[in-house]
Amino acid sequence: MSSIQTLGFRTLLLVVHLGRLGVFVGRLARASLAPPSRIRRFVAEVFDVGVLSLPIVCLSGATVGAVLGFQSYVALARFGAEGSVGAVVGLALIREFGPVLTALLVTGRAGSAVAAEIASMVQTGQIDGLRMMSIDPMHFVVMPKAWAMLFTLPLLSALFIVFAIAGGYGVVVHLLGLDPGTYLTSLEDSVDFHDDVMQSLTKALVFGTLMASISTYRGYTSEPTSAGVSAATTGTVVTASVAVLLFDYALTTLWGV
Amino acid sequence: MQPSPTRDLVVGLFVLSGLAALAYLSIQVGGMAYTGPGGQRLYATFEEVGGLRPRAPIAIAGVKVGQVAAIDLDADLRARVALDVDRGLRLPVDTSARILTSGLLGDQFVALEPGAEEEFLADGSEIEFTESAISLEGLIGKFVNNAGLEEKAEK
Repeated sequence: MSSIQTLGFRTLLLVVHLGRLGVFVGRLARASLAPPSRIRRFVAEVFDVGVLSLPIVCLSGATVGAVLGFQSYVALARFGAEGSVGAVVGLALIREFGPVLTALLVTGRAGSAVAAEIASMVQTGQIDGLRMMSIDPMHFVVMPKAWAMLFTLPLLSALFIVFAIAGGYGVVVHLLGLDPGTYLTSLEDSVDFHDDVMQSLTKALVFGTLMASISTYRGYTSEPTSAGVSAATTGTVVTASVAVLLFDYALTTLWGV
Repeated sequence: MQPSPTRDLVVGLFVLSGLAALAYLSIQVGGMAYTGPGGQRLYATFEEVGGLRPRAPIAIAGVKVGQVAAIDLDADLRARVALDVDRGLRLPVDTSARILTSGLLGDQFVALEPGAEEEFLADGSEIEFTESAISLEGLIGKFVNNAGLEEKAEK
């Protein structure tokens, strides 16, 4: 194939995948409405996706907050504006770093695992086995995983932000000697519920939807081979990360300045 | 799948702590404490608000008691400022509002000075006594003009 043909093929393939993803999400939504609710499977998935991601999310949050506090202190102290460190840290964390970094971390930690698990169920014929027992694999396997990811991401993102604010507090107040009241007051004064907290929450929900649909779709539609499992895992991390960053820009412009 | 009480408990704790984090961000950091149920909305009309912006703090004797909700132009082309003030705060009806600057070049905020009346401002009422923002440019302009006049007079 010539390079132009390849380009056209790839573009069409992308559109085909988008269409399939749409159909997949539609089927998932319809399966979600059908009884039973699979609440036990959902709780187990919240444990896998949410609770097991807690250490990495909290640790990364504290580190990111500490670095952000340190860097903005150094930059702002040049203008004698170190009183605004709290505002910089708070706005950056709540608007951007919280939802985006949590989504990237959870994609790497849990999204890849979900894709690999479903892909290996495809490969070993377990999905077909469920179908033979007339259990809809969409309902039994995919639905609890997808909803657990969508449900946990806003919670993990909020915890990330709280740990990051604490991490920033630790560095700025204890290491650099800024007044604790100055840090917290400037943080609380600059953050608005409608502009910033709602933006953060919306982003987390959108990223959760992206992650949940992409990772389950890649796993469910993988080739039934070992290479298929690895392709599904890699594909999930790459596609979901890029999608998160693209949607982040789109959502940020929605809110304006 | 076997029910496991320990795992369910851990999941419950995780959900609770996530919700607590969200609540902290919304109420404490996001400033819903002033706008939520029980908060009071007051209005004040100024000739000039200068650099006052929504979310600027409102202070009594330097203590923060609320934040500016919105700034609009009223029918007389003056600035009408909506103030969200702490619940439970009782301000006399002759309270006055001034726009001050924290430090020489700092951010502007609304300072309330409680009066001496026995009656208190109700939710949604108007603060009558207001003092506009002092514009630094205006002051400098006056100063330069005066200096110029004095020089001319000396000649």
